[in-house]
Amino acid sequence: MSGGLWLRLLDGLLVTLQLTGYGAVLGLLFAFAAGLARLSRHRVVRGIAFAYTEGFRGLPALVVLFWLVFALPGLGFQLNPLFAGVLALSLNIGAYGAEVVRGAVLSVPAGQIEAATALNFTRWQRMRRVVLPQAVVAMVPPFGNLLIELLKATALVSLVYLQDLTFQGQIVRAATGNTAMTFFGLLVGYGVIALILTILMRLVERRAAASLGRAVRPGLLSGRTS
Amino acid sequence: MTRADQITFDGVSKKFGENVVLDDLSFGVAAGERVTLIGPSGSGKTTILRMLMTLTEPDSGTITVDGDNLFQEMRNGTLVPAREQHLRSVRRKITMVFQQYNLFPNMRVLRNVTEAPVHVLGLSQDEAEARARELLEMVGLADKIDAHPAHLSGGQQQRVAIARALAIRPEVLLLDEVTSALDPELAAEVLDVLRDVAKSTSVTMLCVTHAMKFARDISDRVLMFNEGRIIESAPPAELFDAPQHERTQRFLRSLREES
Ligand SMILES: Nc1ncnc2c1ncn2[C@@H]1O[C@H](COP(=O)(O)OP(=O)(O)OP(=O)(O)O)[C@@H](O)[C@H]1O
Ligand SMILES: [Mg+2]
Repeated sequence: MSGGLWLRLLDGLLVTLQLTGYGAVLGLLFAFAAGLARLSRHRVVRGIAFAYTEGFRGLPALVVLFWLVFALPGLGFQLNPLFAGVLALSLNIGAYGAEVVRGAVLSVPAGQIEAATALNFTRWQRMRRVVLPQAVVAMVPPFGNLLIELLKATALVSLVYLQDLTFQGQIVRAATGNTAMTFFGLLVGYGVIALILTILMRLVERRAAASLGRAVRPGLLSGRTS
Repeated sequence: MTRADQITFDGVSKKFGENVVLDDLSFGVAAGERVTLIGPSGSGKTTILRMLMTLTEPDSGTITVDGDNLFQEMRNGTLVPAREQHLRSVRRKITMVFQQYNLFPNMRVLRNVTEAPVHVLGLSQDEAEARARELLEMVGLADKIDAHPAHLSGGQQQRVAIARALAIRPEVLLLDEVTSALDPELAAEVLDVLRDVAKSTSVTMLCVTHAMKFARDISDRVLMFNEGRIIESAPPAELFDAPQHERTQRFLRSLREES
């Protein structure tokens, strides 16, 4: 395989990493906004968040992507292709993440909120100083799974001609004619990123558990907290 | 109930579904008074403390602290259900220690005690810390300042919870079976701390406990609850040694058999 083709794969890898990274940041934003909004005291706010989470969990990310890339321009909105990809992916992952946020906040024992009330914290202080720091710890493992889901979903963007790892793989396959080797290469590429992300999330998980004074078993991949 | 009472319950009723928990209950507690609430399980003791802490609302009746109605406020000349702002202003003087401690696991011991003084009372970090150290010293935990709550025994956690409650300088301290989750030895340490508090401060104490020796030592008055009503009210020596009501006699007998 020529050096040019290797460079193509490297470029593709970079785009995949960008999609995953930006998608994760924006997805996290959507997840917190919608997850907290679903717990709002205001019905309208809850309703909007409900519509978003239920709507986007039901829609294939690919359909959203096609919409942003092919349908929106017809209505006069031309999005930068990378941004369109990031937006489609993060809207989708954010809807799942919102459920994680909501569930984690609700999992904080009522006694914690009552103790904060007994100390006369404001509603916001109870959330910000007592509930969220504990809820975030519970969010880390499911967020780790979603991050891997996001990575896998980035391959969809090759269908709207964004030149990610999968797209470049197709080019390399066409150029070399070696289908087995190319797909094996993709397998390794995605596998390695997934492994690195998993290890990173385990580290985050350990730190989060430690912030609540919980013991963490040694060993990177055991990662279970007690 | 007298005019001078700091806390008043007036005709307070509460139902959970069909279950009548408080039944037209009226009583008062004077400022600085130490009152112990006893009675069989389900007689409504916790519900009373939770109402004072504004964690549970009565169905009807009025509860006041220093003359302020807890659950209603005046707005444009009419009484309306209290909003958060009103609740916060009446909660300022009151705090509660819970059976299950409820320390914040995301903060170390010192911060558990300084958090409310800094963010609710507006003390400086230094002031709050100095006061927290004093209080933690008083409860015998000066060496645990940097520990995570999860690494403390139940008795130690409960003593931190007491320090945390005192740190906001309450005028009314509510204690709901604060030793019933503890082994006798650890419970004794916590009760010693509370005896200290009773001796060295003038805080009003409402205390649900079945530790009779402790109740005798600190209380001015014991209230016996049954089925959401007070059936007997007397100083501890009287109520424990010469209970008038048959239900009180039976209840005290069962307590003594247990211990
Ligand atoms: N949130 C709630 N929902 C439904 N029922 C409740 C609730 N809180 C309390 N109850 C019921 O109200 C009654 C009185 O409860 P409360 O906790 O005040 O009793 P208690 O005197 O503190 O009893 P114990 O000695 O067991 O702590 C009980 O029958 C209880 O089951
Ligand atoms: Mg109780």
